[in-house]
Amino acid sequence: MTLILTPNIPDPDGFYDELLALHDGLSKEESDALNARLILVLGNHIGDRDVLRQAFEAAKPPPEDG
Amino acid sequence: MGYDLAFRLYPYAPVAAQGMAAQRHPVVIVGGGPIGMATALDLGRKGTPVLVLDDHEGVGQGSRAICFAKRTLEIADRLGTGGAMVDKGVVWNVGKVFHGDNKLFEFNLQPEDGHKNPAFINLQQPYFEKFLVEEIRRAQAEGAPIEIRGKHAVTDVVAEDDFARLTVVTPDGPYQIEADWLIACDGARSPVRTAMGLSFDGRVFEDNFLIADVKMTADFPTERWFWFEPPFKNAGQSALLHKQPDDIWRIDFQLGWDIDREAELDPVRICERVDAMLGQGVDYELEWTSIYTFQCRRMEAFRHGRVLFAGDSAHQVSPFGARGANSGIQDADNLAWKLDLVVKGLAPEALLDSYSSERAHGADENILNSTRATDFLTPKSEISKVFRNAVLELARDHAFARPLVNSGRLSLPCVYDGLPLNGPDAFEGPARTRVGAPCVDAPLDQGFLLDRLPGAFTLLTINADMPAPDAVDGVALNRLALSTDAHDPSGALRERYLGAAQSAVYLIRPDQHVAARWKAADAGAVGAAMRTALGKEPPA
Ligand SMILES: Cc1cc2nc3c(=O)[nH]c(=O)nc-3n(C[C@H](O)[C@H](O)[C@H](O)COP(=O)(O)OP(=O)(O)OC[C@H]3O[C@@H](n4cnc5c(N)ncnc54)[C@H](O)[C@@H]3O)c2cc1C
Repeated sequence: MTLILTPNIPDPDGFYDELLALHDGLSKEESDALNARLILVLGNHIGDRDVLRQAFEAAKPPPEDG
Repeated sequence: MGYDLAFRLYPYAPVAAQGMAAQRHPVVIVGGGPIGMATALDLGRKGTPVLVLDDHEGVGQGSRAICFAKRTLEIADRLGTGGAMVDKGVVWNVGKVFHGDNKLFEFNLQPEDGHKNPAFINLQQPYFEKFLVEEIRRAQAEGAPIEIRGKHAVTDVVAEDDFARLTVVTPDGPYQIEADWLIACDGARSPVRTAMGLSFDGRVFEDNFLIADVKMTADFPTERWFWFEPPFKNAGQSALLHKQPDDIWRIDFQLGWDIDREAELDPVRICERVDAMLGQGVDYELEWTSIYTFQCRRMEAFRHGRVLFAGDSAHQVSPFGARGANSGIQDADNLAWKLDLVVKGLAPEALLDSYSSERAHGADENILNSTRATDFLTPKSEISKVFRNAVLELARDHAFARPLVNSGRLSLPCVYDGLPLNGPDAFEGPARTRVGAPCVDAPLDQGFLLDRLPGAFTLLTINADMPAPDAVDGVALNRLALSTDAHDPSGALRERYLGAAQSAVYLIRPDQHVAARWKAADAGAVGAAMRTALGKEPPA
C-alpha cells in the first residue's frame, strides 16, 4: 500500500478545528503527551509498517536548501 | 576477583602436572560458570576429553540470573539435568504491570500445551550451576572424560597457530598447560580475551540497578510485578518483584546514574526501600544485595584460531529479558557438537567458524532486544520519555498499547536464518520449524519429541519411508521414523512439522536445530545436506 499524500479528509477546516480544540487549555507538557498518544493511536489504526515508514519519511523536516 | 561461595563443589587439589613439563590437552575450558560447565558436560558425554580450570572452588554467592527459559531447560534436559532444575524452580504465568499507583494490565503467559518444559522457571543461578556440576559428577562416574580443577586460575594465554599455551596459578604456585583447543568461558571480564588483546565493544548504559534478594514467607502471589515510576518512597524509576525458590524474592530498583554506591548498599538504606515497597509488618531478611550497571556488547568474532569464546566472555547484554545465561547455554549447545567432531577428525576446522557466525547472529538479536527494553525503561531524551509515558497511559484502557510496553522480552532461541550450515528448505512447512530453527517440542504417544533427539544427527521421517545411511562420512545419523497415525495422538506433531503437507523428512543437527527438510528425500539429498551441516560443502 502507498501512503495517501493527496487530500483525503472531508471538511479539512472542520478537521483542523477539532484537532486544535483538542489542545485547548492544555499546557505545553500536556499537549506533547496528547500528541504522543494520538500518534500511537493513529499508528496502531494504520498498522501497516510500510505505510507507517512512508509517513515517517513524509513527516521528516525538509532538507535545508543549498 | 574474589567472591564468597554458595556451594563448594570442586575444592583445590594439587595435580601431578604441576611438577611436570606442560601437558597437552585436547580441550581446555577456562571458567567453570554455567557456560563452561554445560560445555564440559556436553563434550565429555560425547567422549571428548575436557579439562575445566576455575579460579574458585565452587559456585559464587548471589543469584544473578533467575529466569531460565524453555530452550535452556530443553538443552539441560538433553544434558541430563533439566528435570532437577524444573523440580527446584518456580513456574509462574501471571505478570502485572503498574505505573505509579495504577495497575495498567496483567498478562497470563499461558504457555502452549504439548511441551515437556515450561516457558521458563525462576531458579537462583547457584542452583543452576550446582545441578550442572552434579550431572558432571554422574557423567564422570559413567566414564565421561571430564576433569575439573578448582582454584587453578589462568593468568596468561599465548595463542599459537595450532594450540594455546596457558599459565595457571594455584596455591602451590604456577604451572603451564597446552591446549589443542581452548574455550574461554571466563565471564564478561574475560582474562583470556584481555591476554589476547581482543576488543569487546558496545554500549554502556548509564544506570544503576539495586538488587535485593529477600527471604520472606509473606503471602504474595507467585507473579511478576513490575512498576514504572513506582509509588513507594525512593524506589527509583522502576521496580520489580519476582519469586524464586526457598521463599526468596528478587526485588530490583532502578536507581539512575548519579548515585553513591557505597551509601546505597548500606543495609539500613536498602531496608527502608524494601519496607516502603512491601508495606508495614512484613517480616523478611536480606539474603543478597548488589548494585550493577550494564552494557550491551560483543566480540567481533567468537573464534580466534584455536581459541573459542562462549557466554559472557563473548557477549554481554542487559539483564532485561534474561538473555545472558540463556544465550550462553545456546552457545554451549552450538559449540560442543562441532568441536567434538573436529577433535575426532570427522569435520573440518572450518565448522567452528559457523559457531562464530551462528552465535554472533544470536548475540545481535539478544543485544537488540535488551537494548530496546533498556531504552523503554530508561528513556534517553525528553521526547522518548513522552512517548514511553504515552504508551503506559494508553495501556491501561487500550489493549493495542500493551504489546508496546517493554520491561524485557523473554528469551527465545534464535533461528539461524540464511546461515552457511543450512541445507534445503524444500517444502512450505510450518515457519516455526523452518531450516535453522530449533526443533519445537511435541508430545508423542510415549514421551516427547525432543527426548528422541539426543545430541547426534537425526533423520526424522513423518509418514515417509526411505532408505537412509546410518552414517555420513563417518558421522552417525540416527533414525527416527514417526507416523501421525501411530505417534501423534494430540495432532501437535502434524501441526508443528507438517502443516498442510502429508509427509516430511527432517535432517536435525545434534543441537536439535533443523538442518534441512523435504516432503520426501533420497539418501543422496540427505548426505549432501549433512555434508553442508558439517561445514564440508556449500548448500546445493
Ligand atoms: C543482576 C543480574 C541478573 C541476571 N539475570 C539473568 C537472568 O535472569 N537470566 C539469564 O539468562 N541471565 C541473567 N544474567 C546473566 C548471567 O548471570 C550471565 O550471563 C552468566 O553468569 C554468564 O555465564 P558465564 O559462564 O559465561 O560467565 P560467569 O558466570 O561469569 O562465569 C565465569 C567463570 O569463570 C571463572 N573465571 C574468571 N576468570 C578466570 C580465570 N582467570 N581463571 C579461571 N577461571 C576464571 C569465574 O570464577 C567464573 O566461575 C544476570 C546477570 C546479572 C548481573
